Amino acid sequence: MSKARISPLRSGFVHLALAGYTVVALFPVVLTIMNSLKDKNAIFRTPLALPTAETFSLIGYTTVLKQGDFISYFQNSLIVTVVSIFFALLFGAMAAFALSEYRFRGNTLMGLYLAIGIMIPIRLGTVAILQGMVAAGLVNTLTALILVYTAQGLPLAIFILSEFMRTVSDDLKNAGRIDGLSEYAIFFRLVLPLVRPAMATVAVFTMIPIWNDLWFPLILAPGEATKTVTLGSQVFIGQFVTNWNAVLAALSLAIFPVLILYVIFSRQLIRGITAGAVK
Amino acid sequence: MRGGDRRRSALPHIAAIDEKRVGAAEAMSSAISSEDSIEVPARPRRWHILVFLLPAVIVYSAVMILPLIETLRLSLFNTVDGQSTFVGLSNFQVLFGDERWAADFWRALKNNFIFFAIHMLVQNPLGIALAAMLSIPKLRLATFYRTAIFMPTILSFVIVGFIWKLILSPIWGITPFFMDLVGLKSLFGPWLGKPGSALITVSLISVWQNVGIPMMLIYAALLNIPDEVIEAAECDGITGWSQFWKIKLPLVLPAIGMVSILTFVGNFNAFDLIYTVQGALAGPDGATDILGTLLYRTFFGFQLQLGDRSMGATIATVMFLIILAGVSLYLFGIQRRVRRYQF
Repeated sequence: MSKARISPLRSGFVHLALAGYTVVALFPVVLTIMNSLKDKNAIFRTPLALPTAETFSLIGYTTVLKQGDFISYFQNSLIVTVVSIFFALLFGAMAAFALSEYRFRGNTLMGLYLAIGIMIPIRLGTVAILQGMVAAGLVNTLTALILVYTAQGLPLAIFILSEFMRTVSDDLKNAGRIDGLSEYAIFFRLVLPLVRPAMATVAVFTMIPIWNDLWFPLILAPGEATKTVTLGSQVFIGQFVTNWNAVLAALSLAIFPVLILYVIFSRQLIRGITAGAVK
Repeated sequence: MRGGDRRRSALPHIAAIDEKRVGAAEAMSSAISSEDSIEVPARPRRWHILVFLLPAVIVYSAVMILPLIETLRLSLFNTVDGQSTFVGLSNFQVLFGDERWAADFWRALKNNFIFFAIHMLVQNPLGIALAAMLSIPKLRLATFYRTAIFMPTILSFVIVGFIWKLILSPIWGITPFFMDLVGLKSLFGPWLGKPGSALITVSLISVWQNVGIPMMLIYAALLNIPDEVIEAAECDGITGWSQFWKIKLPLVLPAIGMVSILTFVGNFNAFDLIYTVQGALAGPDGATDILGTLLYRTFFGFQLQLGDRSMGATIATVMFLIILAGVSLYLFGIQRRVRRYQF
């Protein structure tokens, strides 16, 4: 297929603009990581230079690891994120299957009911959520966060997964039924493996807001034992404002895992957002 | 989402089969008797549907919908003589008119609209421009640009907020250094600390972080435009700029509408970035206070201010109504009227 060609001058401008914005997007992060590896003098004297042998220092990281309990913050974040995603995916897939596979009275209504949460943020119910968690004795537990995030992830998971489940061949499911598979077996053994790519997309989508959330950890689980990385670094940096080494190191520590995951999953994530449009 | 249903019910007896879609065998038998479907014997209750739906519905209702309703209900109650009493709309009267609350509330609402306006004026046009450039066919390095520009979006507000606080800090001097390079050093100021510029600065930080979302969604929409349409335009001599304005932009309007409503909902429950950069008091002097931070201070309490559940619920209700109004306007006003092209 031939296209009207773009003049080299034009494409030069396009590259200039895109490269320029790429620098704007990456520069702050690179700057932070770079300076977290320097000693204090170098941070202020030559903030734009790469760390050299003389200026290299890990003092910030040792301060952070000594003072803040980052390992346990990571653990908390990991538990909360993984468990919430697991339940959001499992329950979401089950509900999506029910909605897309069976015709029953109230199907459309149920679909709409479960879709409210896509547009209306769960935060607006915080006052009553906190009240409920206090009543249930779940304040300052990871369970509270897991419950909230599972509920938060469900609407989008159900919406996306039911779209995908509609594309699973009816013949396949009916063949399973004739062979005597129960509806549960059809779901778990036939349908679920087929929508695995969609599940991965939903997982990545759900993961980012959960890992990054500050609001609910701040309100439901601010205790030292249940702090997530986001809240932990927020509090830590707030206390160490004047210790630039520590602040930069804490920021870098919070960035690394996300950055590594992003590099690994960026294709998946971007393909999920653009849903098949990316060729 | 429900497109399939409509198609099915257009053919009554296929709908009847569908109604009975339990098992293949059963579907077949009902196909035979579809003319007089009344005589089909009552099916056994399909408990599995309930089992599939129940966990999601329970968690979702208990943690999301019921608290939301309870919050709306609480906004109509207040503590009178130590007892929760129904007070009608007087909480709203206090919020809108009482001197202790009204000034804060209206300021937060106004700031929130400015916050939203800056996103609409800067983030979305920037996102469209980036997407338009990325979608140029056979552009080298496109994947790299795409991945890099989207990166800030996955970082947490806490990281983004603190990084920019450091970069804009007069102590570190990164920003003055760069402004010096372009000869604008005299314009530098402690932007985050000045009431006049703080809100704009925070909004632009948020734009920097979130521009990846409009970029990606519009990029996807642009790639979905079939080649034939573009080729036809080229045959008619429409290329470059006029092609973008006359052909591509009208075709991606639905995506732009969706981006706008996502921006609206996101902005009207924003909290994290402002809390990180300016604290719960949304300084300087409340200049960056938006509804999210006001809600946090009101119901959770901060420093000397005690938490007030009823007023918190009232603010949450106002936020709910604003978001609901925006979403309804989008669903019933804009989304239906935007012309969609089927390829």
